[in-house]
This record gives sequence, structure tokens and C-alpha cells, in this order.
Amino acid sequence: MTRTLRIEYFALLREQRGLAAESLATAAATPTALYEELRARHGFTLPAAAVRAAVNGEFVPAAAPLHEGDLIVFIPPVAGG
Amino acid sequence: MFRLSSAPLDPAALARSLDDPRAGALATFEGRVRNHNEGQPVLALDYEAYAALAEKEGTRILEEARAKFAILHAVCVHRIGALAIGDLAVWIGAAAAHRDAAFAACRYIIDETKARVPVWKKEHYATGASAWINCATRPPADGASTTPSAPPAPPAP
Repeated sequence: MTRTLRIEYFALLREQRGLAAESLATAAATPTALYEELRARHGFTLPAAAVRAAVNGEFVPAAAPLHEGDLIVFIPPVAGG
Repeated sequence: MFRLSSAPLDPAALARSLDDPRAGALATFEGRVRNHNEGQPVLALDYEAYAALAEKEGTRILEEARAKFAILHAVCVHRIGALAIGDLAVWIGAAAAHRDAAFAACRYIIDETKARVPVWKKEHYATGASAWINCATRPPADGASTTPSAPPAPPAP
């Protein structure tokens, strides 16, 4: 089953993707599956284990289900302060 | 109150926002841009945030601090954008009747902010190189890195 998702990129991932946001039709059912698909396509250097996922503005587990129209943001290791 | 700011921070005004006649203690923390990291000279920093989630997560941290410690008020403001050496990157204040709670809350808020709030820091080095901190490509042993990683080696001349 294919769903259309909105993805926003920040920091290292934004630089490696070359975009701040995109819409994507994908069969990926979880954030981990989606990240692996994008990592293979765009050569992201961060492993999935180092990246958290947020869906519709909240952190979610790596295996959370994705739904049509969701906004996904992958969170590289943070470094505030 | 947690917020992100693209404008420089004014510590005096932020401290005044925590005025309260019940508060015998105000503990503050200033995080400033330093001129070195992991032995490399640093020229400048860029901070970037996922604003919607950063503000939610920061607000949760302040709520946790109020639940854990006997404080009256707490504030955290984090800069985003391009910062120079010495600039104020984050300001935290915790007001309480007594100093122990104020110190403990202030420490808790900065530690949790550094660990959880989706803010990223890019360092620009004297060598001309730059790096997103904590984003080295070696996978962390436990799957979640919060320790700074060494910036890349300077390019060969």
C-alpha cells in the first residue's frame, strides 16, 4: 500500500538531502522503513539507530505506523545548549 | 516559559521576568559560544531548531522541573541563527524560595535541554571545515549518542 507523506529535513539531513521539505509516495509503513529508503536513495551518513522520528509534531517510536498525509521529521542527534 | 529566539538575548530583562517577592533565590545559567571544541579552534556557530517540537519539548522540561523541585518560576530561551564567539546561546533562570531548589532546577533544565530538545549546532573551524555536532557517522554503541563527537580532521594542505 502506498501513502503520500510530507517530510521535513533539518541540520545534517537537510544538507545531505539538499532540500528542507518534500512530499513522497512510499510503501514504507514505519519511520525506520522510511528512513532506510531515504538513506539508500540519498546517501545519508547517519545510521537509523542514531536518528529519532517525529510524526505530526511529536516524537514517536521507530516502529510507529505511518498514515496518509503524515508529516515526518527525522531528528539527528541534538546539540543545543 | 520556553522559547526560541533569533534575536540576541538580554539576561537582565530575562532575570527581571522572574521577579517574585516570594523568591529568595534566582539561579541562572548562561551557555555561551566558546572558541574551541575537542581541541579545534572554533570561529562561529549556527543553531537550527525544529521549532514546533523544540517549543513543546522545552515546555515539557520546564513542567518537569516545576514538578520535581520547589520552584516558583522557570524560563529557558535558546538562540537560533548565526552566533559569534562569546554570544549567549541559551539562558535559563529558576526562581525559588530557597537556593537548593533553584540550583537543582537550573541544572536539570540545561541537562535535559541538551539531551532532548531538537536544536542542532554547526561549528565553523579555523581550518575552513565545519561540522554538525554529535552527527559523526560512526553509530553510537548504545544507539543514542549524547556525547560530543570529534569534528573531522582538517583537510590536508
